[in-house]
Amino acid sequence: MIILKGQGISEGVSFGTIFVNNFKEPNFENCKINDINIEIERYKQAEKFTLEYTNSLYEKMLKTVGKEEAEIFKSHEMMIRDKDFRNSIITFIKIQSFSAEKAILETSKKFKKFFSDMPDPYMKARALDIVDISKCMINYLTGNTNFYNSKDKTQKKILASKDFTPSEISLLSKDNLKGFLFSEGSLYSHSAILLRVMKIPGIICLKNQLTKELNGKYAVFDGSTGEVYVNPEDMVLNFFKNKKLDQKKSNIFLEQFKGKESISIDGKKVGLFCNMNNPNEIDQVLKSDGEGIGLLRSEFIYLNRDDYPSEETQYDIYKNILEKMNNKEVTIRTMDIGSDKKTSYFDLPFEHNPAMGYRGIRVCLDNLKLFKTQLRAIYKASVYGNVSIMFPMITCISEVKKIKKIISDIKIELLNEKIPFSKNIKIGVMIETPAAVMVSDEIAKEVDFFSIGTNDLTQYTLAVDRQNSKVGDMFDTHNKAVLRMIKIAIENAHKNNIKVCICGESASDESFLETYLALGVDKLSMSPPFILKMRKKILSTNVEKVKNKILSNI
Amino acid sequence: MLKKLLWISDQSMHARPAGKLVSKASEYKSEISLCSENTKADAKGLFSLMGLILKKGDKISLSVNGEDEQIAFKDIYELLVNENLVEKDTN
Repeated sequence: MIILKGQGISEGVSFGTIFVNNFKEPNFENCKINDINIEIERYKQAEKFTLEYTNSLYEKMLKTVGKEEAEIFKSHEMMIRDKDFRNSIITFIKIQSFSAEKAILETSKKFKKFFSDMPDPYMKARALDIVDISKCMINYLTGNTNFYNSKDKTQKKILASKDFTPSEISLLSKDNLKGFLFSEGSLYSHSAILLRVMKIPGIICLKNQLTKELNGKYAVFDGSTGEVYVNPEDMVLNFFKNKKLDQKKSNIFLEQFKGKESISIDGKKVGLFCNMNNPNEIDQVLKSDGEGIGLLRSEFIYLNRDDYPSEETQYDIYKNILEKMNNKEVTIRTMDIGSDKKTSYFDLPFEHNPAMGYRGIRVCLDNLKLFKTQLRAIYKASVYGNVSIMFPMITCISEVKKIKKIISDIKIELLNEKIPFSKNIKIGVMIETPAAVMVSDEIAKEVDFFSIGTNDLTQYTLAVDRQNSKVGDMFDTHNKAVLRMIKIAIENAHKNNIKVCICGESASDESFLETYLALGVDKLSMSPPFILKMRKKILSTNVEKVKNKILSNI
Repeated sequence: MLKKLLWISDQSMHARPAGKLVSKASEYKSEISLCSENTKADAKGLFSLMGLILKKGDKISLSVNGEDEQIAFKDIYELLVNENLVEKDTN
């Protein structure tokens, strides 16, 4: 038995066979071939497999995410079928007597170079698409298909890799995937958030413990403690089997809190809402028994695309979500993109410190067309449900005033164009910078609600980069300085009769609940799977009893 | 053979519009090509089209040659305009 230790990012116990996704450029130099026709036939088989695989991803994305995102795989399909690409492979086989895999590898190198040499950043990025399709074909030929083969539903798998992108995670089938192990990764990455939402256990930062020798080995791991047991002893195996059973029982136990009000022993009501990252989480949100969406991160609309999303495209997305939510409150946070999130069409220059750079509302107020397109789309869709809008990275009152002016211009435009929109859209701001806290008395007079982003507020208040492993331990939302920030913001909000929501990771952390209730938080917004757990905790909390003690310590 | 000079309205040939063009062009028997100043691209080849390095205002010529050239020419031209790849010819 070998024990590995990393950092758990998504709780739950997982059993399965480890598959190490460790793609190195293969070496086919000494591949001798006997028959050209056999190699051509092998290539055709690989092509057929890759086309089927690509098409299955297309269908899956179409069903779960949307047409726009699915189109990525349509273009992969066209690349696989491309005349020049095919001819190049066949020529390598015929003229140079290359094996099918070597011909594909050489062709992919050639086309990769063709794209990376192009001046347009969009075209440069297409090199990765070439890698994707040729990797799939070569994996098929070399028998390394375990990563792609979804036919084998019976074998329980644990995937291991350096890192997985959010799109990779959403693409991988849930049925036979029991968990993810990362040698790198971050607790706060969107991949981590996605795993938690999809209830797939995961561990990050396993570093060099994650070797290719682990491939094919049976393991059990615990996503809450970060421990992996490879070739576990019977005793360990039994321990985790029981633990998993207990978790199942506790999930069934939580079901009884469905449909109940979230109200404390002393009668304090708390709104429990869901955070949502993209539309394929909507079923989770609906099932969670939350009161609505407290934070809809709209970045998914902008990422993984070739071009700016049009007003129509965005309108369709918002309309669809609002209709599905059936008049429950949906709070959309406008685009929060900075240089740490890459899009091909929207070229934000590299920054050494993106957290303090050009991002969020700063980008929006500087690119009015982009900003107005999103706001117009939200306003137009607003007649289909109950929508609120909030703005990220606010630091001063003049930003709020600028936003309000833009909104009033949009309303006039829509009235002139005779386009209907809801008259009850609430406008709020994210309180995530110490600056916003310090002027929250002024901001509260201008907006309808506050939403506190505790992750960023902690990072900015304590001057700690949560991704930096040297200081990461200092990242602590329980820190008195952070709690005082939250207290000031809530006091100023309540003086002006507006509500406060907490929408950071800490909203689903039970250890914060009493403090947040004592401070007077009105709403909590969290990943959907935590709603019932937090409701249970609220129902057993007596705020009045602990309030004075907690407040005297802040 | 039918030929027409066109002006690029937007940008390089991105994968999605190029893909649509390839699908459409492949429906016809005629040879269909787009020529920029120094590159000739086969409209039935995705990478070939994407290799045309274009910018707004560049000239390209559409040539269609073959038995179904009339209908192919009309359809391809319409697609180029509808996908906002070229300026609509107002003459």
